[in-house]
Amino acid sequence: MVATPVPTAETTAPRTPAVRRGRRRRRRLETRDIIVLSVVVGLTVIIDLALIWGTSIASIFLSFTAYEGIGTPRYVGTTNYHNLFTIDPTFWPAFEHNVLWLAFLGLVATPLGLLMAVLLDRQLRFSRFYQSSLYLPVTLSFAVVGFLVQLVGSADQGVINAILGRTHGNGIDFIGNPHLNIWLALAFAGWRHTGYVMIIYLAGLKSVDPALKEAAIVDGASPVQTFFRVVFPTMRPINVIILVITVIEALRAFDLVYVINGGRNGLELLAVMVVDNIIGEASRIGYGSAVAVILLILTTGFVITYLTQILRREESR
Amino acid sequence: MTQSLLTPSQLSRRSLLRGAALGAGVVTVPGLLAACSGGGGSSGGSGGAKQQNITFGSNYSDPTPMKALQAVVDGYTKKSGNTVKVNTVAHNDYQTNITRYLQANPDDVAAWFAGYRMQFFAQKGYLEDISDVWSGLNGFTDALKAASTGADGKQYFVPIYNYTWALFYRKSTFQQKGYQPPKNWDDYIALAKKIKADGGVPIGFSDQDGWPAMGTFDYINMRKNGYQFHVDLMAGKQSWEDQKVKDVFGLWASLFDQGLYQPGANGRTWEQAGTSFAKKEVAMVVFGTPHVALQTPQADHADIGITPFPIIDEANGTDSVEAPIDGFMLPKKAKNKEGGKDLLKYIGTPDAENAYLKVDNSNIAVNSNADTSGYEQLQKDSAALAASAKHISQYLDRDTRPDFAQTVVIKAFQSFIDKHSKSDIDALCKSMQDQAKAIFSQPVS
Repeated sequence: MVATPVPTAETTAPRTPAVRRGRRRRRRLETRDIIVLSVVVGLTVIIDLALIWGTSIASIFLSFTAYEGIGTPRYVGTTNYHNLFTIDPTFWPAFEHNVLWLAFLGLVATPLGLLMAVLLDRQLRFSRFYQSSLYLPVTLSFAVVGFLVQLVGSADQGVINAILGRTHGNGIDFIGNPHLNIWLALAFAGWRHTGYVMIIYLAGLKSVDPALKEAAIVDGASPVQTFFRVVFPTMRPINVIILVITVIEALRAFDLVYVINGGRNGLELLAVMVVDNIIGEASRIGYGSAVAVILLILTTGFVITYLTQILRREESR
Repeated sequence: MTQSLLTPSQLSRRSLLRGAALGAGVVTVPGLLAACSGGGGSSGGSGGAKQQNITFGSNYSDPTPMKALQAVVDGYTKKSGNTVKVNTVAHNDYQTNITRYLQANPDDVAAWFAGYRMQFFAQKGYLEDISDVWSGLNGFTDALKAASTGADGKQYFVPIYNYTWALFYRKSTFQQKGYQPPKNWDDYIALAKKIKADGGVPIGFSDQDGWPAMGTFDYINMRKNGYQFHVDLMAGKQSWEDQKVKDVFGLWASLFDQGLYQPGANGRTWEQAGTSFAKKEVAMVVFGTPHVALQTPQADHADIGITPFPIIDEANGTDSVEAPIDGFMLPKKAKNKEGGKDLLKYIGTPDAENAYLKVDNSNIAVNSNADTSGYEQLQKDSAALAASAKHISQYLDRDTRPDFAQTVVIKAFQSFIDKHSKSDIDALCKSMQDQAKAIFSQPVS
């Protein structure tokens, strides 16, 4: 890297009379390169260390303490984890909801987005219109989506109950019933996720060489075979991105449920527990950090397993 | 009303002029500024030294309280000539973020609640001692002073008003159907059953916000087990697994089991429940006065009846009233502490309370020198109820540690509203006690 610009410098300055000056210039360029490189790389490394590794390690450290935001954290061993697993009634529901969220986005919303992308890739009439309307929810923030959920699901004033004609105190309580509200929230999260996945796959499909498809058809492959055996595998980089996005979206899910009812009563999620304990009036920073560490392990667990698999397959090729 | 509407517009014109003056670079001519601030004169308590800029953190985000607080601020700016910038945050968000707010970059004066909820922050060292402000205040009872005092005996809080929690009903409906406000628990159940038989929804209920159900719990607990048990339970000195607590949940559950509550409380906000009451969709509701009054049109306020929460144990009668006090404090990290104290001093005067209550007539004055002649009937009844009490409690989430109220009690009560069989109650009480033990074992500071 460092050596490459050197010949360029010499060729662009052929009129340099003395060798000494050339050398001096070369050395000066090298130092500048080193400075530029160390600044660029150094800054990135510092930011990465401080904002990603620093905070992660701080969370892990704090999760073994009791800390209220000021003063010194007191070491309490694994008490926070013990309390989480044994006496906190929110933890296991939150954990299950996160897994459910992941399963729903991964098995329903993502395939649906892929299906939409494949359909829209076929140059349908009004395809731009469909694209935009499917993509529209992505442009809405989750806070707005959460507000929509309330408008749609409220027992007294909601749209669904109005359509069903159940407005006089006998409305179905989509927001307050802890067995129903999670599905309403998932439907809206999926609505948004589908559009997101669709637009990424649409771009991916456009980049697949049409010659590949033609060759497959000439060889007698059915459209389904063509897609699954030829097109889908060639989109592997896109698939990795989609998978990572889906896992991260599912595990960091927070804003939607927080807007609906503060992430309680059937809508518990790990990220909400982190916020409630750390940022909320309670200020149990050590305890919230323990939840954050579990969330970190879950997220990195999924992503690292998948990436190592991909890389191993790449190497064996 | 017209007058109070005029005041803000005058203020904005004045501050506009002041802004224009600053913009035109005439800051160096203090005479002109003084001329602009006009009318009010310089009889302020700050000694008329140099003009102060004070920031004011507020959670008075509903329209009426917001206007009322602005009236207080206007009264202050007029008197002192200082400028006050009010930063209003939606009240639930303000409360959720309070810890971070006090630690990071707080305003010079911040809205908060009296009692343990304030003492907790004082003990953590987030608040500035304002005993010197208190030495200049008068008209407050010892009880009010105690509610404004931290565990270390110093004052950290200036109250502006309080309000009572009670059982509310509509006088016209009760008169028309021949109902009587219930005196004791049996009356209460009998009346609710009768209302149900007549085709009405007996008791309005909401808990999506997490706090409204606490009022009912507190009242059943104080009526059944007495005020001291409430205090000890909140302080972590009594067990949530105590049979006394299970009895409270048992009595409460009977209201659900007999279908006397408006269903779906976990999916209803307090505003929606207040609106149901205003529209006479529910016959009764346990709420704080402002929660009912703010959702009911002014013309119907005279129709709102207020009665103490029914007696459960004659030994306790109705000796305890839940009457939370709202007010203001000075964060330790405030930038302009001198200005903040000056503003707090004004808030402690009868003038400030009068200005506030003139706009927001759902609360009652705490300063005995405040003008109560303009009270409407609801305020008079509410004040009489508070005056009749032997014990005043603040409210569950103000009487206990916030880390317990916010992370444990809210979820526990919502789960109780969802499931309340006897075995559910036993499991719930055990879970609450386990968590209480873990939380109360951690020292506050």
